[in-house]
Amino acid sequence: MIKLWQGYETSISYDELLETAKTPRPVAKKLYHYINSLTEEDIKARKQSAEATIKQMGISFTVYSQGQNIDRAWPFDIIPRTISRSTWDKVSSGLKQRLKAINLFIDDLYHDQKVIKDGIIPKELIQKSKNFRKECVGLAPPLNIWAHICGTDLVRDNDGEFYVLEDNLRVPSGVSYMLENRSITKRIFPELFETMKIEPINNYTSELFDMLSSLSPRKRSNPVVVVLTPGIFNSAYFEHAYLAQQMGAELVEGSDLTVEKDDCVYMKTIAGLERVDVIYRRIDDLYLDPECFLKESVLGCPGLMRAWKKGNVAIANAPGAGVADDKVIYAFMPKIIKYYLDQDPIINNVETWLCLDKKHRQHVINNIEELVVKPANESGGYGILIGPNSTKKERETVIAQIKNNPRNFIAQPTLAISTAPCLVEKGAIEPRHLDLRPFVLQGKKLFVTTGGLTRVAMKKGSLVVNSSQGGGSKDTWIVDKED
Amino acid sequence: MLSRVAERIYWTARYLDRIENTARLIDVYHKLMLDLPLGASFSWYGLITLNQSETLFKKSYKNEDERSIIKFFLGDKQNPSSIISSLKQVRENIRTTRDTLPEFIWILINEMSLFVEKNLHQGINRNQRIEFLDGIIHSCFQIKGLLLSTMPMSDAWYFMVIGRKIERADMTTRLLYAGAKAHFQLEEQGPTINSHQLVWGNILQTLGALQAYRKATRYAVVSEKVVHYLLEDPYLPSSISHCIHAIHTSCDHLPKKKPVIDLIESVEKNLFRSMNYRKLEEPFREYLHRLQLQIAKIHQGISDNWFPQYENDKYDNDKHNNRKSENKKHTHEQLKSNG
Repeated sequence: MIKLWQGYETSISYDELLETAKTPRPVAKKLYHYINSLTEEDIKARKQSAEATIKQMGISFTVYSQGQNIDRAWPFDIIPRTISRSTWDKVSSGLKQRLKAINLFIDDLYHDQKVIKDGIIPKELIQKSKNFRKECVGLAPPLNIWAHICGTDLVRDNDGEFYVLEDNLRVPSGVSYMLENRSITKRIFPELFETMKIEPINNYTSELFDMLSSLSPRKRSNPVVVVLTPGIFNSAYFEHAYLAQQMGAELVEGSDLTVEKDDCVYMKTIAGLERVDVIYRRIDDLYLDPECFLKESVLGCPGLMRAWKKGNVAIANAPGAGVADDKVIYAFMPKIIKYYLDQDPIINNVETWLCLDKKHRQHVINNIEELVVKPANESGGYGILIGPNSTKKERETVIAQIKNNPRNFIAQPTLAISTAPCLVEKGAIEPRHLDLRPFVLQGKKLFVTTGGLTRVAMKKGSLVVNSSQGGGSKDTWIVDKED
Repeated sequence: MLSRVAERIYWTARYLDRIENTARLIDVYHKLMLDLPLGASFSWYGLITLNQSETLFKKSYKNEDERSIIKFFLGDKQNPSSIISSLKQVRENIRTTRDTLPEFIWILINEMSLFVEKNLHQGINRNQRIEFLDGIIHSCFQIKGLLLSTMPMSDAWYFMVIGRKIERADMTTRLLYAGAKAHFQLEEQGPTINSHQLVWGNILQTLGALQAYRKATRYAVVSEKVVHYLLEDPYLPSSISHCIHAIHTSCDHLPKKKPVIDLIESVEKNLFRSMNYRKLEEPFREYLHRLQLQIAKIHQGISDNWFPQYENDKYDNDKHNNRKSENKKHTHEQLKSNG
């Protein structure tokens, strides 16, 4: 339906699917022509079918608002995003390189701190880091791996290149939605899977399970792996349950676990206590163990850290790994890669100013109208100031906050992040901004998902993709050469 | 299997059975009301007494009319045993035990929730009530069929059976109680109504047991025969005898079973000893009351032996358990922590 594309703008930023409104990129050629072969009614019907599927499959996320938990249907745009195999191969090796370096960096921070001694990272950065855990100093987790699972946010700038926006190492979520997005698309566009070479993505959960099993302190063929969730109120509960189910692992809450006198972790079963080998935790460090961190936390299990320190249980990601998940550390990532691997980064960072640095700070304050200012340790899009869309009052508040605690802020240029066609409310197709979150696993080997979770800012012109703030998502296709 | 999961699966089964029972009960009651001669002093309010919900009902409703009562049972969120509340409990329980139950049950329960949400008004209004209730009963059959055909006979399966049978036994005692009461109520109105057929026939139908009764007894529908059948028949899925036996054999498959087995055996020994089929008035009601206490005792034994023990507010083993106490334990502190 050519009409649908009328007035489609490809000049605002790099468009993932189209070169111009009438010319698709080679990787999206078949998809484009296919959509054009559909009638308006066809498209509407597919969209309805996607929505019905989402409800039936109970794909939801939880928003917490006005003291209530609201379960919302997952917002999904039916037009997939395409990326070519060759582009992806490069991104994929860049992500592996990055996680490898991050891990060496974390391990170094908790041991000799050579990176500080050699003057690569300023000492006070680590001293003031909210996510540095002194309880972890000197520890050696299994295989010396701290960062097992990473969700890296990528954006594509005007030049068509991918850039890393942030590394999520604490409890990154979204992978279940990536998998569910694919199952929805398979239902609504089966024809395309026959004609296009779309790479499958369904091996993630088995890779995750293998990686987790390989961490087991007891060498046995079927270690007990559990997913530790904060419970049903958590916004990512759907994902916790989904992953446990797909892996055949036990989904546990803190109250299901106990650490006994032998410093081993057990779960309370109908047959009594059963020892746990590996915990895939979806709880932040500080809530993990009231004995060690926040005393009032009821989400974790007292004694967990004791058991972990003794090597009686593996925890992924390791406690303390979040130290590298910090937007200030992020700015040093190119140097970190160079330092540990003696390589140049395959994927670049976005240019970043550190408010900690006096010159940078002044630059940020002077140019705040054009910059994006981010707090160093928030996630979910909270606390971000987008300069061009801000009011004077908002800017003044942030400037005061920066002056008050410069370590806590960074700034980046407002990127013209890429767009892709989306089916919008009124039934037309319009460009919307998006990012990409691939997931990287690190055990004995490194693994990157084929593509990742594409998040879309569903509001026209908006750059905020977080689902908690009105973002949507799309299926992401890594497509081998089109004939 | 985690104790917490065992408990949730047990309650999933109970609530599922409760939904089916409630739907059948209203279905049969609806049809029964149509059969009654005009002027018979028999009202919808009987459903409220049957479920011992008088206080709760009076809190929200002024009139004891059909519409209020149907609303109370189908769509009242304040009534923890209403279909809509039970369904919500089932869905939450399945959501929190998705890693243990067959994958497809999640889809079925979502479909059922969507169906009820969309068609609730049909059930409350009279003209399409039967279709609505049929839809619910079909969904329950579908879920049970799924479990039967895909679920491994492991611990989770046995907790499912136990939950279902406890709920069913409870329902059967309630129906027997209501039946006896209605029977005498109608007999007082004179011989124009065949109260045996009307009351006990409908009770058998509520339990889906009319055809089975005829086959098994080859006898007309008369009160003492029906009561005997519903209490002691070893083959009927809703009979007390069968339910207790099924609970017994299911518990037998579980670990650490001894205290529960001992308890059930002691209950079984005296189950029908004090029953006198010739006196279906006061002594029978007392008997049923004792029977309910025995069923509650078995529930308590199972809970003490296998379910998590809560320090502060111990689970009340009341039928209207709606799990609130447990959920309160979780705080909202982690809501924003995910990226």
